[in-house]
Amino acid sequence: MIEGLLTSEATWLHFFIYFALTVLLLFIVLGFVTYAILAERKVMGFMQLRHGPNQVGGRWGLLQTVADVLKLLIKEDAIPRAADKPLFILAPLIAFTPAFMVLAIIPFTDRFQFADIGVGLLYYIAVSGITTVGVVTAGWASNNKYALMGAMRAAAQMISYEIPLVMSVIGVILLTGSMNLNDIVLAQENGWYILWQPIAFIVFFIAAVAELNRVPFDLAEAESELVAGYFVEYTGFRWAFFMLAEYVYMFAMSALITVVFLGGWLPLPYLGFIPGAVWFALKFMVVIFLLIWFRVTFPRIRADQLMEFGWKVLLPVAIANIFLTALLKEWINLF
Amino acid sequence: MELWHLYQNNYLIVLSFIIIGVLLPLVALFFGKLLRPYQPNENKYTTYESGIDPFQDSRVQFTVRYYMFALLFVIFDVETVFLYPWAVAYEKLGIFALIEMLIFVFMLVIGLIYAWKKKVLKWI
Repeated sequence: MIEGLLTSEATWLHFFIYFALTVLLLFIVLGFVTYAILAERKVMGFMQLRHGPNQVGGRWGLLQTVADVLKLLIKEDAIPRAADKPLFILAPLIAFTPAFMVLAIIPFTDRFQFADIGVGLLYYIAVSGITTVGVVTAGWASNNKYALMGAMRAAAQMISYEIPLVMSVIGVILLTGSMNLNDIVLAQENGWYILWQPIAFIVFFIAAVAELNRVPFDLAEAESELVAGYFVEYTGFRWAFFMLAEYVYMFAMSALITVVFLGGWLPLPYLGFIPGAVWFALKFMVVIFLLIWFRVTFPRIRADQLMEFGWKVLLPVAIANIFLTALLKEWINLF
Repeated sequence: MELWHLYQNNYLIVLSFIIIGVLLPLVALFFGKLLRPYQPNENKYTTYESGIDPFQDSRVQFTVRYYMFALLFVIFDVETVFLYPWAVAYEKLGIFALIEMLIFVFMLVIGLIYAWKKKVLKWI
C-alpha cells in the first residue's frame, strides 16, 4: 500500500497519511527517550554499585521518567527580566526541531523507513548542524554569564568536531558511491563498514560523542564550573526540550552509526532467519549501551585537550583515511 | 514520471517531519501553559549568578579564539562540500580526479599546518 502511495502523485491525502505516520514515529521516539533516560540511570547505578531509580513504578523504577516529565510540565515558567524574550522562547525550538528532522532519513529496516532521499547522509549532517544555532541562541538570550560561556564553548566544540565527523564518512561514501542510506546498508552485505573502515568508525564515534555533548565531551554543561551551561536560565518544559533534543539526537546518532557502520538491518552470517528489525534493534542497543558506558567510565576532558584533540588528531586522521580509502579502492580495481 | 512522484513524496515526508518538529514544542508548551502555576515575584526574574546580585551585562567581549575556530570551520566545511560529490562520483572520475583532490586537500592541509604553527589551535 505504501509502495503505491509513494509512486503516485503527491496529494493532500498523501501528506495527511505521512503526517499520521510521522506522529506514530514521534511517539516511538518519545517512548524511547523515556526509557533511555531510565536505562542510563539504571546502568550508571549498577556500574557505580548503586541501585538507581527503584521507587516509582515498581522495583525497576519503570515510571520514574514519566513522573519526572509530569513534574516538569507543572513547573512554573520563569523568564529572566534581563533576557531577550523572543530569542529565549525560540531557542528550545531551534534546538529541538533539527533533532527530529534528521530521523526522516533513517532506514530502520528494508520496509520500515520514511524518506528515502538520494542525499540522506548529507541531509543528516547538514540538518544536525543547525542545533548549534539553537545552543548559541539560548546562551545569548539568557543574558547570563554561565549560559554565555557554556554556549560559546558548546559552539566551539560542536563546530570543531563536526569536521572530523563529516570527513570520516567520506570513506564510506567512496566505497559505496552513494549518499543514500539504503545503498550504504546494501553495500555492506559482504562485510560491515566497521571492518572495511575501522579508522573512520573510531573517528566517527569519538566525534559523535562530542557532537552529542556527552561525557567525556560535556564541557558545554560542565556542572562543576558552569552550573548547567547554556540552559542555566531555563525552567520547566523549555528546559525539557533541550534535554529531549539531546536524547533524540542520541537516538538518531545511534541509528546512524548502526546504519552506516554496523550494517543496519543486515544479519550476521548464518543467522539470516532472525528478522531485520531484531538485528537493527540489537545493534542499536549495543551502540546506546556503549554511549552510557563511556559516560560512566571517562572523566571529563579539559577544554584545551578537547580542542587540540579535535584539530590536531582527529582531523588529520580523517583526511588521511579518505585518501587511504581511495588508494585502497584503486588497488582493489587493479586486480 | 514515477521517479518524479517518488522524489516528490519523499520530500513530502521530510516536510511532515519538519512540521511535527516545530509543532511538538508549540503544543507541549501550550498545554504546559494551561497546567503550570503563575505566581510572579520580582526575585524570580533576576539573572542567576550563584546567589550574588548580578552585575554588568553579561554580553561582554569574548576571546578571539572562538572566532579563529569558526573561521577554520568554514574553510574545512567548504572543503567537505567539494569532497562529497567527488566521493559519490569517484567511480566515474577515476585516478585523475583523485590526484586533483589530493592537490586540493594538500593546500588546505598547508593552511592547517600554518594555523598550527601560529598557535591558533592552542587553547589557552
